[in-house]
Order: sequence, then structure tokens, then C-alpha cells
Amino acid sequence: MPESLAIDCQDLVKKFTDVVAVNGLDLSVKTGECFGLLGPNGAGKTTTIEILEGLQEPDSGTVRVLGSTWRDHPHRLRQRIGLSLQETQFHEKWTVIETLRLFRSVFGDGIDPEELLLEVELVEKRDSRVGKLSGGQKQRLAVACALAGKPELLFLDEPTTGLDPQSRLRLWDQITRFQKNGGTILLTTHYMDEAERLCDRVAVVDHGKVIALGTPAELISTLPGANVIEVASDPRLSEETLRKVPGVREVQVREDAAVLVVGSLVESVPALLSAIESAGSRLVNLRTHRATLEDVFVHLTGRHLRDA
Amino acid sequence: MRESPRSPLLELTLLRAKEFLREPEAVFWTFAFPVLLALALGFAFREKPPDKLPIAVEAGSGAAETAASLARSEFLSSVVLEREEALAALRRGKVAMIVRVESSQPVFIFDPTRPDARAARLEAGDALERAAGREDRLKPSIETVREPGARYIDFLMPGLLGLNLMGTGMWGIGFSIVTARSKKLLKRLVATPMRKSHYLFAQILARLLFLTGEVVVLVGFGWLVFGVAVRGSLLVLAVTCLMGAMSFAGIGLLVASRANTIEAVSGWMNLVMLPMWVFSGVFFSSERFPEALQPAIGALPLTAVNQALRAVINEGASLGAVSGQLAILAVWGAVSFAIALWIFRWK
Ligand SMILES: Nc1ncnc2c1ncn2[C@@H]1O[C@H](COP(=O)(O)OP(=O)(O)OP(=O)(O)O)[C@@H](O)[C@H]1O
Ligand SMILES: [Mg+2]
Repeated sequence: MPESLAIDCQDLVKKFTDVVAVNGLDLSVKTGECFGLLGPNGAGKTTTIEILEGLQEPDSGTVRVLGSTWRDHPHRLRQRIGLSLQETQFHEKWTVIETLRLFRSVFGDGIDPEELLLEVELVEKRDSRVGKLSGGQKQRLAVACALAGKPELLFLDEPTTGLDPQSRLRLWDQITRFQKNGGTILLTTHYMDEAERLCDRVAVVDHGKVIALGTPAELISTLPGANVIEVASDPRLSEETLRKVPGVREVQVREDAAVLVVGSLVESVPALLSAIESAGSRLVNLRTHRATLEDVFVHLTGRHLRDA
Repeated sequence: MRESPRSPLLELTLLRAKEFLREPEAVFWTFAFPVLLALALGFAFREKPPDKLPIAVEAGSGAAETAASLARSEFLSSVVLEREEALAALRRGKVAMIVRVESSQPVFIFDPTRPDARAARLEAGDALERAAGREDRLKPSIETVREPGARYIDFLMPGLLGLNLMGTGMWGIGFSIVTARSKKLLKRLVATPMRKSHYLFAQILARLLFLTGEVVVLVGFGWLVFGVAVRGSLLVLAVTCLMGAMSFAGIGLLVASRANTIEAVSGWMNLVMLPMWVFSGVFFSSERFPEALQPAIGALPLTAVNQALRAVINEGASLGAVSGQLAILAVWGAVSFAIALWIFRWK
């Protein structure tokens, strides 16, 4: 395998008693890349990432991480990766610094625990018991533990869930710095802004399969238009009427509003307003935004990322 | 001032030790409980001068002299009562026997199925004969045996120490591991290059740190409060405790190696410990069980610990003399650690 791939897996399958969590998933992450896995709840992101981390065995499929397999070199691989689980649990009776010291101690090379504290801004909490930390502080501790062994490859499962905006920005900075220093990152997230901002490439996962892959810009450009209009009127216009509005490329009717993908706002918005008027309907709400990964997801699955 | 990291084994051991100290209940059950138990049992079975057997004398002519003659025996006490009162006292067990004087001859009224009544009858007969002027032809001299080391408390203290080694070893390790597993702490740890054997071995090492405290507290308590002296060498005692603790720590690991909940591990712990509570001779000698069971009983780790501790504490046995028991402990410890490492469930 060329060393330029940090992760390469093919045809991964993982079944649980009542569900196929991963269903023939292929993924390759290049060295030095920040790669994002997106998908709704239950899509199979955590299962996939844990298989890649060597924490779960796939039912079938091949996995290569940093050029070797979990079967051949488990210990050496563990030395070279860092990770945070979706809900990393630490011992509540240990203090923050004790936890970091332990994680540091199991790696041959690593970052000094005091330095890690600074890095994730937990200096004031140095001697607090982990059980007394807030959710976001625990999350930051999890990231510090992920970094403790100076990994080449970092797995972060929903690293920013539960963080306040400031901490989230800070973590983005850390990830960017880690990448600048040559590290590779595989992360999962439900936040599209995060994926667009951080990730070189993303894979959209649904029902255990990759349903779209590319840079955020590439994925957005697969949409039939670059802009999105959300419109609500009383009474509603039929889907058919909406499709006839000039410039409308795609229509999705949701409970609260209709979502239109359009090429140009200048063309479609006035036409939409006059269509509403001529139908004798009253405009209730109108919003527009540039197309995002979220719209890509809705386009691909007809569902939203967070409430699918 | 960057410090170089300590070894993971040391880190894990220290953390496990701190974890324990930060759990006040665990500290109580490990240190204070055995002392309280020893205190309660020690007082319940403390040495008293042998009780005098109480005898009632029915009121009437000659009663006072008879009562006085009886009371001259060092094993008897006497009281003069009306007939009805005397019978009531006998029924209630307040006196062992009634003596009635009928035409200058004593009548003994007692229940021969009661051992104390039979003893009272013999002693009273002797006392009255002597009072009537009998000369004893034999003069047996009496040696009282009340040696330290032969009392119940001397038997009990080593047993309690053994029981404590088993309890703290198994519960301490079992709970700590199952908690870590059920809260998914293990899952995060096995995602690091930590050696699994380090984690398990640290549990045992941390146990040994507290062992010293436990042993010193219990042995010191027995010595200061009940005068239970360690006749053998302290070194042999230390080695015996160490082997016992390692052995039970290994068994604790094994019992906890797959359980997912505290309830499950508690059940298994009790199941494993129950036969030892019953058979291993903590409160009474295990030799009371049938001969056919003895080999099996002797192979139990708690029996081995108790036998070795009693030999060292009560009889001053040498290391060689307890080597058989130590070998049994070593086998239990090593085999259970190896199996635990093999079948351990990390998630
Ligand atoms: N240990 C397990 N036993 C049984 N089913 C499981 C197990 N782990 C995951 N699943 C199921 O597999 C599917 C995929 O779960 P997974 O955790 O990988 O989803 P996810 O994409 O990470 O979701 P989320 O965004 O909510 O974290 C779900 O239907 C889940 O219920
Ligand atoms: Mg997940």
C-alpha cells in the first residue's frame, strides 16, 4: 500500500443482532488530510471509526491503518494513533493531571501533561477530580488524552458536541495546527459548518454506506443550484406550482416549509413572490442561504442530518 | 521543569491506590470493620474465672450449716431458699441443684440430663463429706492451664486476619474492575498502548500497598487489646500475608474477569467465598468436618492462609513449616491470574 494513505478500508461490514450498522463501506484517507464522516444518527459513523481504531472487529472487509493491520501490529499502531470516543469516560476519582499523566505514561513519545493542560485550557482544573468537570471540560480532557502520545493519526468522534462556541473555535484551531504539523485526522460531526471549515474531504454516510464523497465544495456543486430558498405560505402552494417557478431546480416539501434549490436568487425570488400572489396565497416566511453540505444531505436522502 | 513520565505500571498502581483512599467506605470496610469484629468477638469470648455452680438449700433445720459447708468448696456457691422458691430457681436454671436436709441426711434434687447439675452433685457430695469429717486418701495437686496461645481469642485472631485478607482482596479488586468495565473506562484504556497485564498487575500491587496497613492494624490490635502475641518471626508472618493477599487478588481478578455489573460480580464473589466462610476454619477449627472432606478443605486458599497464620502466630512456626500452605496459595494466585488475563473482557 502506498504510504500516502493513512487509512484504507474496503467493503467493511458490521452486523449487530437487529441491525446492519456498516454495510459495505469503503474509505481511504490520505496522509496529512483532515477527513470528515457525516451522517444522521445511527448511520454507522461510530461503528466505522471504532473498527478503524481497532476497538471493534468487522464481520468482513479489510482495514489498513498507517500501512499495517490491527492483526499484525496492534501495539505499534496504538503507539501511533490518538483518539477520543464519542463519549469518552474517565475515572471520576482521578484528577485531571493524574489522568493526563497516565495517558502520557503509556506512550513512548508524547507531550508533557502540563503542556497538554495549557493546550486545552484546563489549567485551573489541574487538580480537580474528573467527576467534577462539566461536560465540555470532560470533552476537552478527552482531546488532551488523544493528543498525549504525539499521534500521527487522530480519530475524533464528535469532538465538538457539547462544547461552547469558544471552545469549539479553539478545538478547530488545535485540529488545524495538528494537521499543519503533518498529522492526519478522521473526525465525525453533525455540524456542517465544522465539516466545511475543517475537512479537506468528507464522506456522507447513510445506512452504513458512503453515499457521497468529495471536498465540501465538490459536494455542494453536485447540487443543481448554488442557492436555497425556504418558503412558507398560507395556504401552501403545490409542489407542481413551485416547480414551474423560473430557475427552480429542485423542490422538497417539508411540514413547515418548502425548500427550493435554485440557480439564481435574483431570478427566482421575484417570480416566487408573484406566483404566491397570483395563487391568492399569503407569504408567511421566506429565507435564503447559499447551499451547504446540509442541503447536499437533504438532496441525497430527503432527510435532515440531525433529525433523520 | 518537564518531568519524564513514570512507568505505566507505577502510574496505574498509584492511581488505583489513590482511588481507594478517596473512597471512605472502602477504607472503613478494610481497616475499621475487622477491628470492630475482633473487638466484639473478643469481648463475647473473653476469659473469665470459672463460674461457681449455684446450689439452693431448702430452708429448715441444718440448712444454714449445710449452705456454709457447700460454700467452702471453691467451685460452689450456695443460697438458702424456701421450698417453692428453690424449685422455681431450679426450673429457671438459676441454680444447678437443690439440697434438702431430711433427718440430718442430705437429699440431692437435680436433673441428671444437665451437665452442670451432674457436676454440682459430685462437687456437693465431696464438700458435704469433707464437712462431715472425711479424710481424703489421695491429694491430687492441680495444674491450671491458661496459657496465652490456647485461648479462643488466640485461635480467632489469625482466622479474622485470613478472612480479612480474603475479603478485601476479592471485593477490592472485583469492584474496582467491574466498575471500570461497566463505566467504559476500560474501553478507553485499551485504546492506548497500555499493556493489559500492567493494568491487572497494578490492581494486585495496589492491594499489597494496603496490605501492610491492614495486617499491622489487626495484629497490633490483637496484641494490645487481647495480648495475642506473634510467636513466630514477623518476616514469616509478612511472607504469609503477602502470599495470601496475592492469592486472593488473583482469584478476585478471575471472578471479575467477565462480569459486567456490580450485582453479577457480587453474586460470583459470594459463591466463591461461601465455601471458605463455612469450611476454612475462621471461627472454629476446620478439623471438625468429616475426614473425607479434609483434603478438599485443606486445598482451599483460606484454609491454607488460616493454617499458616495460626502456625506462625500461635505456634511460632518457621517458613519451612508453612511452605506447604504457601505453595497452595502460590498455585491459586498464579493460576487464577493467568486465566484472568486470558479470558478478561475489556469492553
Ligand atoms: N454494540 C451494539 N449493539 C447493537 N447495535 C449497535 C451497537 N453499536 C451500534 N449499534 C447500532 O448500529 C447502528 C449504527 O450505530 P453508530 O453508533 O455507528 O451510529 P452513528 O452514526 O455513530 O450515530 P450517532 O450520530 O448517533 O453517533 C445503530 O443503529 C446502532 O443502534
Ligand atoms: Mg456516533
